[in-house]
Amino acid sequence: MKRHLISAADLSRDDALLILDTADELAKISERSIKKLPTLRGRTVVNLFFEDSTRTRISFEAAAKRLSADVINFSAKGSSVSKGESLKDTALTLEAMGADAVVIRHGASGAPHRLATWVRGSVVNAGDGTHEHPTQALLDAFTMRRRLGSLDGRKITIVGDVLHSRVARSNVLLLSTLGAEVTLVAPPTLFPVSVDSWPCQISYDLDAVLPKSDVVMMLRVQRERMNAAFFPTEREYSRRYGLDRDRVARMPDEAIVMHPGPMNRGMEIAAEVADSPRSTIVEQVANGVTTRMAVLYLLLGGADLGGEIQ
Amino acid sequence: MSSIVIKGASILGGEPRDILIRDGVVADIGQGLTGDETVEARGLIALPGLVDLHTHLREPGREDAETVATGTRAAALGGYTAVHAMANTEPVADTAGVVEQVWRLGQEAGYCDVQPVGAVTVGLGGERLAELGAMADSAAQVRVFSDDGKCVSDAVLMRRALEYVKAFDGVVAQHAQEPRLTSGAQMNEGAVSGRLGLTGWPAVAEEAVIARDCLLAAHVGSRLHVCHVSTAGSVEILRWAKSKGWDVTAEVTPHHLLLTDELVEDSPVGAYNPIYKVNPPLRTRADVEALREALADGTIDCVATDHAPHPVEDKETEWAAAAMGMIGLETALSVVQEAMVETGLLDWAGVAERMSLAPARIGRLRGHGRSIEVGAPANITLYDASVRGEVDPSGYASKSRNTPYEGRTLPGRVVATFLRGRPTVLNGKLA
Amino acid sequence: MVFSLADAISHAQSSARAVLEGPDINRALIRISHEILERTKGAQDIVLLGIPTRGVHLAHRLAAHIRQFEGRSVPVGSLDVTMYRDDLRLRPARALGRTELPADGIDGKIVVLVDDVLYSGRTVRSALDALNDLGRPQAVQLAALVDRGHRELPIRPDYVGKNLPTSKSEIVKVYLEENDGRDAVLLLKEDEK
Repeated sequence: MKRHLISAADLSRDDALLILDTADELAKISERSIKKLPTLRGRTVVNLFFEDSTRTRISFEAAAKRLSADVINFSAKGSSVSKGESLKDTALTLEAMGADAVVIRHGASGAPHRLATWVRGSVVNAGDGTHEHPTQALLDAFTMRRRLGSLDGRKITIVGDVLHSRVARSNVLLLSTLGAEVTLVAPPTLFPVSVDSWPCQISYDLDAVLPKSDVVMMLRVQRERMNAAFFPTEREYSRRYGLDRDRVARMPDEAIVMHPGPMNRGMEIAAEVADSPRSTIVEQVANGVTTRMAVLYLLLGGADLGGEIQ
Repeated sequence: MSSIVIKGASILGGEPRDILIRDGVVADIGQGLTGDETVEARGLIALPGLVDLHTHLREPGREDAETVATGTRAAALGGYTAVHAMANTEPVADTAGVVEQVWRLGQEAGYCDVQPVGAVTVGLGGERLAELGAMADSAAQVRVFSDDGKCVSDAVLMRRALEYVKAFDGVVAQHAQEPRLTSGAQMNEGAVSGRLGLTGWPAVAEEAVIARDCLLAAHVGSRLHVCHVSTAGSVEILRWAKSKGWDVTAEVTPHHLLLTDELVEDSPVGAYNPIYKVNPPLRTRADVEALREALADGTIDCVATDHAPHPVEDKETEWAAAAMGMIGLETALSVVQEAMVETGLLDWAGVAERMSLAPARIGRLRGHGRSIEVGAPANITLYDASVRGEVDPSGYASKSRNTPYEGRTLPGRVVATFLRGRPTVLNGKLA
Repeated sequence: MVFSLADAISHAQSSARAVLEGPDINRALIRISHEILERTKGAQDIVLLGIPTRGVHLAHRLAAHIRQFEGRSVPVGSLDVTMYRDDLRLRPARALGRTELPADGIDGKIVVLVDDVLYSGRTVRSALDALNDLGRPQAVQLAALVDRGHRELPIRPDYVGKNLPTSKSEIVKVYLEENDGRDAVLLLKEDEK
């Protein structure tokens, strides 16, 4: 495994399986009365959040604290960042504080790559612009594996705003690494022009794909995309690409429904689908802590050997 | 004025000759010539002093990035004897006053002639024509007009500008970028932008404007120059326009002849390094091949650096926040040697045409872009094409260091530059 | 320390010294089983917790012997101590072993920790810390197949298969059928690893 976790492409199949297996063991910790492990005592994890994302920040914070790391939350609002301090100066500040890991959420694609060139600690990408969100993909894969077993040959359908989705990018990379067959479904306007070079299938027709899906993952669709003419109206989007009860009925009996949150109920997913037993949406949140514990442990739990862990 | 003899230079790569310079002009070319001073040039190639149609000198307004003084030194070190200074300064060069100021600063600097470019529209705002005639009539005698950095996207305004500059043999140099198609655009739209999650900058945004402008220029019988052509599709449109006999010229930057968008994802300086962020964006390998071919066959008339200095804090940022542009004056000839000469696409006569004669012709620069012959102004660049070296910008004359070639090995070295017979560069150093 | 079976056999045949062979190991485990029964008054409330990987196999073997002697099964589990180790920073992050406690847990039980080799005592210290987070046993005891000495902490075993005087430069390797295809305890010089 590499020193940083910036892209799901950083993970080999063995790396990914190691993280998921580690998370399997760590999941037991959250069932105990004492949920804390001493493993990262004395290590400092900085949560550097340039975008509001309370869910993701809390998830990383809980993961780091359960491993006994010291956690420093650094949010852009009200800090020197909002007064015009550059990302580089912020990085140098964190470096001076001795951050062993920096968990970064940033609105600009590639910001974690840049950060990694300025700090010695591990950089964990908690979502960068419209690029990637690798720990989300890991927790999704973890959730699928718990429900379905091995992902080899599993048919996974990801529906929605692929063009702007960091969740979709990371999931396509990770799930294909794990041997799953991914199909992306969206209106043509919400695919990148070169999506045919990705390791997945694409389709414009949700109804055709549903009966062959073991997993259907719905992506959040931002309403403002409508104003940029990516689709005509919310109603039309929902009708063609929303997951409602009728569409769920066309899925195989064992198939599950996922959503990375936050959801637009009634837009990409009907409320009754989100709350159904097939939905893993609440599990995904719990699994997020476990998976992030595994990532932090594997990045920080060993000797500092210049990046390589074995 | 004393005389200088350049000993044994191979003009355009030909047999060794002595070049005698007296009173700022080439006085004699032959064997065994003598003068008051001697510059040994055996093994060096003599080229007519290079002319850049597209330089950002940043003065007035962004003297932290570059000044006329530092920019012209960089130009001299790169073998240039004349540069066109783009209009996107602060204030914008949209009046006779500003263009004369820039022109005068160039005169004072003395390292290379500075020919100001005038803005097409007031404040580059794309709404009202600037006083093009006043700039043409000023001491700066502006002939090239450009809103470079911004596209004159309004078709009517573009038509009027093309028509209006006919009165003084001007040319509109268009920065072809359809603004709506490139809203928020970060890099070439393609496989790499899709993977990196950066907003794509489609080739069609350039090509559509070029096609429209060629048609407009033909319709009104005007001269059009297309800045920094970057796509294979643009080349096809230009080839078609030229085949019609329309008065359309075009330039390509050195970086678009060498670098591709893959560097944004994978390079020795890390992914998303804004050193590769430039407008127009780096394109694909196929585009690079098409641009080289077009420069070789004359579809693209000349090389222009689009030298765009930026202070380090504008590049050491996340990609989206970074400024667009690369410096290029001090590496242009080396990059052209690598991309065009060593590939067999151009000989040195071809390089002289594309980097000196053609740009001077397009810019209507008298006294530049003349072949090295008796009676011509002694604007001469001596170039050692036999060496290779690692690019190290630490010693550059430019105030900025945003070169994409740092650490890369490039061929060639400018040994000397003569501006009207006076050496501005000797032994690779400012004279 | 990862050994292939072929390596192990070639070592066994050449320079490495086998200090215990299969039958020796079996006899030692039978004896330990009897001692556990004696010391815990019939092993009524015990839980055998093996430390992965080979300690878990040993714990299962001990349980099988006890079942054979008493006709009654005792709960067996595994206790991974990786996250509690004090030497994590000395080596790359390692994969976790399994922790599986018997359904009734360990509260009020006599926990017998089972490991293959007792050396510095640091693994056992980690195990005690891990146990502390899992519950409150009535007592904790320690069984080791080999005690090779050189303790760095005040820890001593309750049950030992073989006391094996070693020098610190030597390496003790335990092979178990379940894991390695054969039973043996080898003593290797460091340059033989």
